[in-house]
Amino acid sequence: MALRQAWQKAGKVLNGGALVSPGSTFARALSTSSDPLTLEIPVPFKGHKVDPPSSTVETSAAELVDFFRTMFVMRRMEIAADSLYKSKFIRGFCHLYDGQEAVCVGMEAALNDKDCIITAYRDHCTHLGRGGTVLEVFAELMGRKDGCSLGKGGSMHMYNKKGGFYGGNGIVGAQTPLGAGLAFAQKYLKVDGVTLAMYGDGAANQGQLFEAMNISALWDLPVIYVCENNHYGMGTAEWRSAKSPEYYKRGDYVPGLKVDGMDCLAVKQAVKFAKEYSLKNGPMVLEMDTYRYHGHSMSDPGSTYRTRDEISGVRQERDPIERIRKLLLSHEFASVADLKAIEKEAKKEVEDALAKAKESPSPDAPELFSHIYRKSYGAEAYGADRKESTVKLP
Amino acid sequence: MAMAAAAPTVPICHGRRASPCSSKQVSVSVSVAMRAWASKSSSLSSSSSKSPRLVAAHATAVATKEAASTTSSSQGGHELLMFEALREGLSEEMERDPKVCVIGEDVGDYGGSYKVTKGFSEKFGSWRVLDTPIAENSFTGMAIGSAMTGLRPVVEGMNMGFLLLAYNQIANNCGMLHYTSGGQFTIPIVIRGPGGVGRQLGAEHSQRLESYFQSVPGLQMVACSTPYNAKGLMKAAIRCENPVILYEHVLLYNLKEKIPDEEYVCCLEEAEMVRPGTEITILTYSRMRYHVTQAAKTLVDRGYDPEIIDIRSLKPFDMYTIGESVRKTHRVLIVEECMRTGGIGASLRSAIMESFWDELDGPIGCLSSQDVPTPYSGPLEELTVVQPHQIVTAVENLCGKK
Repeated sequence: MALRQAWQKAGKVLNGGALVSPGSTFARALSTSSDPLTLEIPVPFKGHKVDPPSSTVETSAAELVDFFRTMFVMRRMEIAADSLYKSKFIRGFCHLYDGQEAVCVGMEAALNDKDCIITAYRDHCTHLGRGGTVLEVFAELMGRKDGCSLGKGGSMHMYNKKGGFYGGNGIVGAQTPLGAGLAFAQKYLKVDGVTLAMYGDGAANQGQLFEAMNISALWDLPVIYVCENNHYGMGTAEWRSAKSPEYYKRGDYVPGLKVDGMDCLAVKQAVKFAKEYSLKNGPMVLEMDTYRYHGHSMSDPGSTYRTRDEISGVRQERDPIERIRKLLLSHEFASVADLKAIEKEAKKEVEDALAKAKESPSPDAPELFSHIYRKSYGAEAYGADRKESTVKLP
Repeated sequence: MAMAAAAPTVPICHGRRASPCSSKQVSVSVSVAMRAWASKSSSLSSSSSKSPRLVAAHATAVATKEAASTTSSSQGGHELLMFEALREGLSEEMERDPKVCVIGEDVGDYGGSYKVTKGFSEKFGSWRVLDTPIAENSFTGMAIGSAMTGLRPVVEGMNMGFLLLAYNQIANNCGMLHYTSGGQFTIPIVIRGPGGVGRQLGAEHSQRLESYFQSVPGLQMVACSTPYNAKGLMKAAIRCENPVILYEHVLLYNLKEKIPDEEYVCCLEEAEMVRPGTEITILTYSRMRYHVTQAAKTLVDRGYDPEIIDIRSLKPFDMYTIGESVRKTHRVLIVEECMRTGGIGASLRSAIMESFWDELDGPIGCLSSQDVPTPYSGPLEELTVVQPHQIVTAVENLCGKK
């Protein structure tokens, strides 16, 4: 949502170079119409202790174009991060989200700024969806000053307080009780919003998730547990780690919905439905059936536990960006040239952000000691030899 | 200092290191002179009047709001037990700020397993006093998540040892979120509960968690020991923007004391002067404070003049008060209930040695609990914890026999 608004503000509504102006009904021009449009979701929802929502979703041409643009930026960003990691600009851990873009983009279409999102370490695109910028993401990945956490968090610790994005968590499953806490605060402070506590199929076996579900069901907290099931917990397939890989049913007394996570519109419909439910009745589980093209992280080739055929099969048949592209072309909301122009713009945006991020300096030495305490006590903090970086804490 | 000037032949003087064996030899002759001086000075200046230097140190070390440590106010004050003092502090803060809530097991309808939150459920409603299922990891995580969005939760661990189940949440999320988010999120949470060795509670219910949490960056830790400082520290912890762990002790809940009627808040980072003295600085906290004061009676009878400081703030240490004391007495004994390995005493010892090496006349003594799981058997349990007679012996060894 936020990203879309940012794009619109920047006047990125394209008319294309040599194209006919929008609104013309004759040539196949890029449509920015927000007239409502109803589409059918091909893969049906599966419900657990709840009647699934209708498979007819309301959208518009403008929204579809927006989905395409946003997902393309995210895809380019993740691919750029891949090469940055290989050229050692990014160190440590880097978990890429390409293939799963439809989940965070579809979610944002159903949420507003009163809602909160908290997720695990595969958070670059989620951060973007909540109002972050590509520059912030790259700078943080490279540990520079202009990063969203001032370079001190890294890939797994991206946060955006204004956008309602609570990270970015390194320990598997630990974000689910935090998410329940966010929902608790929303209910306590009577904020009319929900929290989406996202986790993966690997984290679905963590005890603290069930503890959090129990408490949120007991107290009717407005939290939606979103399981991004990409079918592999690092190198372990779901059938090898879960006795019951039907993650939408694992909430037991918490109702659940299984959603095609490669379809933006299905995700949007499901989250809209879950939000309405949750604000009245308490928690719900959404299982997003999705897929990641990269390995678990950059140190995992991703092909030792799955075949290359599987990966390319999904890419051909279920890729979220291709799906929207086909929709746009078949409904004649955009021509091939229009989409190429959008892609070119997106590539340029990512490249510019990358260049700027590379120029951003590393944090200064005294930053080592800042933000340890929120309110400190006037003490001194110093480096190991007491000569370098002596800092008076505020 | 006056002592060295009076005995110019003494090779031990401040600022110079003497090896332990040579100090023993010399200390025999020195102690005669010292004893004379000490008794003279103690007869002249009894504990009621303080030397000007000490008063200055005391005045600057203590926050302006706080009166002397255990003073009854001029307006009468009221007497209560420690758990009632905690309750009073918590209640006042909950009345003051609607964002303060209590999360824990049996805190609501049951009134708290140590009655700290008795009556709160009726007073504040079940949405502000939340009875959780037995799920420490997740309800601590929940409290941290709600603190990120502006609430000020007070998490009660029924026994501090149970919070080991929430170690990940406390270390990674509570302590570090402010840093890893580049300052975006503040976690004004208070985690409190009883810990320490009780009366034959068994190994798993007698844990001292301050040693495990002390190296988590971003946390503040305080330990209360009297009803006065319990209430004051509770209020200060709730008002603090940093995450604070407040360590209470199972055996101190029934301590009785008179506390002021008017509102007061203690300073979180400050140590408390229990008994000013001149000969040796004894640093302690929580329950060991009482073993130390008991030992002090014996010591004073035998002619020693110990200075007793309740450090209260376990992280960060109040190096100012401690430093002033070390500069005066030049001898330090730490008495703690933590285990020997990796306890608060271990950290405090190295912090003092690093900052005040020149002021020390001898090695810093440290009496801690034994590195054993606390046994169930009564006599054995007594052996694990530091007892007053051991403190007396330690002081005699450090200061020389009288």
